[in-house]
Amino acid sequence: MNAVELRSLSVRLGDATVVRDVSATVEEGAWVGLIGPNGAGKTTALRAIAGLVCYAGSVAVGGEEVARLGRTRVARLVALVPQEPVIPEDMHVADYVLLGRTPHLAAFARESDHDLETAGAALERLDLLAFARRRLGSLSGGERQRAVLARALAQEAPILLLDEPTAALDVGRQQQVLELVDGLRRERGLTVVSAMHDLTLAGQFADHLLLLDGGRLVAAGEAAEVLTEELVATHYGASVRIVADPELGVVVVPARALAEADL
Amino acid sequence: MSGTAEAAPGAARAVGTRLPPPRPRVAWLLAASGFLFGAAVLGVLVGPVHIGVGAILRATASHLPFVHVSSTLSRAEDAIVFELRLPRVVLGALVGAMLAGCGAAFQGAFRNPLADPYLLGTAAGAGLGATMVVAYAPADTRAALVPVAAFVGAAGAVAVAYAIGRSAGGRGPVSLVLAGVVVASFFTALQTFVQQQNVDTVEEVYSWILGRLTTAGWTDVLIILPYAAATSVVLVLCGRLLDVLAVGDEEAASLGIDVRRIRLIVIVAATAGTAAAVAVSGLIGFVGIIVPHTIRLLAGGSYRALLPLSLLVGAGFIVLADVIARTVLAPAELPIGVVTAFFGAPFFALVLRRSLVTAT
Repeated sequence: MNAVELRSLSVRLGDATVVRDVSATVEEGAWVGLIGPNGAGKTTALRAIAGLVCYAGSVAVGGEEVARLGRTRVARLVALVPQEPVIPEDMHVADYVLLGRTPHLAAFARESDHDLETAGAALERLDLLAFARRRLGSLSGGERQRAVLARALAQEAPILLLDEPTAALDVGRQQQVLELVDGLRRERGLTVVSAMHDLTLAGQFADHLLLLDGGRLVAAGEAAEVLTEELVATHYGASVRIVADPELGVVVVPARALAEADL
Repeated sequence: MSGTAEAAPGAARAVGTRLPPPRPRVAWLLAASGFLFGAAVLGVLVGPVHIGVGAILRATASHLPFVHVSSTLSRAEDAIVFELRLPRVVLGALVGAMLAGCGAAFQGAFRNPLADPYLLGTAAGAGLGATMVVAYAPADTRAALVPVAAFVGAAGAVAVAYAIGRSAGGRGPVSLVLAGVVVASFFTALQTFVQQQNVDTVEEVYSWILGRLTTAGWTDVLIILPYAAATSVVLVLCGRLLDVLAVGDEEAASLGIDVRRIRLIVIVAATAGTAAAVAVSGLIGFVGIIVPHTIRLLAGGSYRALLPLSLLVGAGFIVLADVIARTVLAPAELPIGVVTAFFGAPFFALVLRRSLVTAT
């Protein structure tokens, strides 16, 4: 069964068409990476799946059209981790993670014991129990990212959308966060769709890559099919060398001869 | 996902890690209640006529049904305590609770640390509405009409300030405050015009504008009470939803919230509360800034703690400010708005500085 199905998806923001006629499917339990240069429409495609923008065409989540589902129903199916989450600095980490239970609560209801347990388990899973009473403003970048992930996890949605989850992190934190997401995906059978900047990491973690450029889907497939020197040169305007490593998979290396650098 | 096979081990594991319920800590609630109680006791005790605690307690008991204690107070002393000081304390508490609670609510609804009923122009709008009633309505309908007219004026001021702030400077915290200043000036100009045009009521309007609890009696308490009760209930119920709004409109929507509806509910409730407070007490500034921000520093930023604590501490704060207002220059009285501005303006400067530092 397909967790997410896009058919001829187009999104206009103001006068610009940001996503054009994209069709793709994401299988349940898969990790699909959205790649493409800045402004390719990755973020907008994620927002469409989360039901946050008006679109033409069709976006089905768990077999149902997003535009026809209520806001709460969508939030129970899809959790979105934005690229730059708004961090209420004064809020305690535990309270922040508990916000993930919002779609499961009636308007003026309070959290049940089950909600408190789910949020507690999310905190524990992301090693944040020691931070529960800390303010978000006092956390480091990596800790904040984990808090945001814990909130998404507490949401208990089967589909997790990540917009550049590692953009602000150093190389070690990038790996840790992505391994964590992969572990969660396997444990809970989550479906992950993530926009990604780093092509090597995208190839290593996603089962399937979708390359967007100018809002169009220009290539789709496994890492070895999409991460080619020609496609990267055409769509990113980048000169890269692709190294296929039997252990590491496809490694994308910026190409700049050392001799040129000395000139 | 809920109810799948994975959820069972997760739930079992979670028993040890269940979060404490996210309500304000009892210690903070007790401290805030203690502060309010202490301020109220001080408010009843302090005055030009000295009346001892014991005598007041005995007299209080004598007013209760089924308690047979005779009061040692003279008839005049009894009137001072129960017809002058006590209603004034209760009125101050209600006004303070409204101004502080509504300040916190506006800050949450607009996601703006500088939002305050006074600075948003709400108070000036309420002032215009109330003045028009005093000037034009028949005398016997005034008491009932003033809160309603104050609400209409306040709602108009908030709407205009928000519209100007959005169109002029986007969503930055300062543009909304500048818009509020513009709206307040304009509404105050209109109010002054109405007031000067109707010389026969000018004195009544004047004493009201300066911010006063002086003519307070039980009538004023009864006017504000229903509004204060309704606003308090709505705001405390909305605490969790205001926490969701704290992550921004888009993320709140992705959590399944109807952002515009929640914001509307909170703003209407806060505007009604502000209008009721202004209708009985005139213009008292900065309470909505000082109290919520102090609580944020001490007890954290969750609106579930912030709203009830702001109501309690705001109530105590105004009662205390009123004690200061009537003792500093005794036997003369300082308008209470002067006292709150004296403490509030420097405090506001600190908050402004902090919000600009984090914004850049």
